Amino acid sequence: MSESMPARGASTLNLRGTSTPATRIIGVLALAVMTWVVVSAFFFTAPDVVQGDSVRIMYAHVPAAWVAYLAFVTTAIASGFSLVRRHRTLGFDRVAGASAEVGVLFMGLALVTGSLWGRLTWGTFWQWDPRLTTTLFLFITYVGYLAVRRIDASPERRAKRSAVLALLAVLEIPLVHFSVVLWRSLHQEASVLNPDGDVRLDGLMLFTLFSGVVAFTLAFVWLVIHRQRLQTLVDLQGTVGLDSALAARATEAVLR
Amino acid sequence: MPDEWCTTMRNVFAVARKDVLIEWRARLLLVRVLPFALLVLVLFAVALDSEALLTRAAAGLVWLAAMFATLLVVQRCFDIETADGALDMLLTSVVEPSRVFFGKVLAVAAQLLVLVVVLLGGAVVLYGVRIDAAGLVLLVTTVVTAVIGLASVGTLYGAVVAQLTGRDSMLPLLAMPVLAPLLIGASRATESAFGSQTIDLATGWAWTSLLAVFGVVFAAAGAASFATLTEPDA
Repeated sequence: MSESMPARGASTLNLRGTSTPATRIIGVLALAVMTWVVVSAFFFTAPDVVQGDSVRIMYAHVPAAWVAYLAFVTTAIASGFSLVRRHRTLGFDRVAGASAEVGVLFMGLALVTGSLWGRLTWGTFWQWDPRLTTTLFLFITYVGYLAVRRIDASPERRAKRSAVLALLAVLEIPLVHFSVVLWRSLHQEASVLNPDGDVRLDGLMLFTLFSGVVAFTLAFVWLVIHRQRLQTLVDLQGTVGLDSALAARATEAVLR
Repeated sequence: MPDEWCTTMRNVFAVARKDVLIEWRARLLLVRVLPFALLVLVLFAVALDSEALLTRAAAGLVWLAAMFATLLVVQRCFDIETADGALDMLLTSVVEPSRVFFGKVLAVAAQLLVLVVVLLGGAVVLYGVRIDAAGLVLLVTTVVTAVIGLASVGTLYGAVVAQLTGRDSMLPLLAMPVLAPLLIGASRATESAFGSQTIDLATGWAWTSLLAVFGVVFAAAGAASFATLTEPDA
């Protein structure tokens, strides 16, 4: 994207923003499916036999967690490409960064909705359960990744460092998960409450949950595309803005 | 092939020797890092305010203090290279960046080894920990494997933030979550070496194998990515 963008990007800089027909369709679809999920989750689906109304949190929680993990896989893949490819490095880097930003947002949502659900079901906000603990570490890892992306360095250096970080996170997460599983299995007596949150899903509940996953995924795609384009414009503003300022000074000098 | 292997080892040891020598002459470990780590042990005791609790938590507290101190050692290990573009010089002279990485890991590990031994001594004196012969073998193995893991992760993430502004606060944020498995493994293994009631020696040994896997994974990752992290920008 970085090579083909300047000409096109310069013309779109002030005129059109970051949307295209494709993103508008994705956006409208995301909104429509999301509306259905909200209505169905609150009014159509039945409360759970055991958990009652708190089961409705699931329709936001599960899709948010799914999108968070999808986002980090996307970041890792884009980072891999940005390291391997010699062209369009910064384009892939922008996708990686955009995806990580959205991923951190959704992972935050998943953690908050999860602990609210935990308070209602388990009686505590937090359990040192392997999945929860791994997710928390993953969240902190990507907050760190975003912190590196905000560092004031040349775009190439920043791209390289953050790409390595994103790939290292892929190594880190299974190790964290495995060690926490091992750790918790040795401390069985510590689990005060039964953290068994299994829900029997009937047809409509399953369909609503599935719609939630679709809606959140569409929202993710929409956000990443826009965020990535916005970053392209920001980067362009740096170079194009400087170039035009230099050109203006040059003509000024000639006129004198 | 054997020749190349010899050169590799010579290079690695040369880099390690250089770092340790700089450290030995500056004595930063002695005057800053060790006192800091011991201070952390003392502060834990003050914060927990219970001898029974301290003896139980000793293993975890020792490794937590070691983790904090690692960050200081690693920062130092890269700060000596940023001055006067020393790292670029080093990379041009040693050719293979992974050798520089392993050299640095070795130097950091040597310093951490001293540090952890002192911390364990501190735990015996301050926290009333006892170690028997069978526990000692496990403890030595744990310390060696954990220190290699700490040094590998530390050096790798030190390279990620090297020469960036704000690296002092960045390193803990990036390295600590990665070190979580190591903290869990080393604490549990050390706990069983200290003669804990809940974790037997066999389980302690199982934890050291996790530490070994951890060390190998991050040493390999560091060797593979060190060239990318240190190459000058195009």
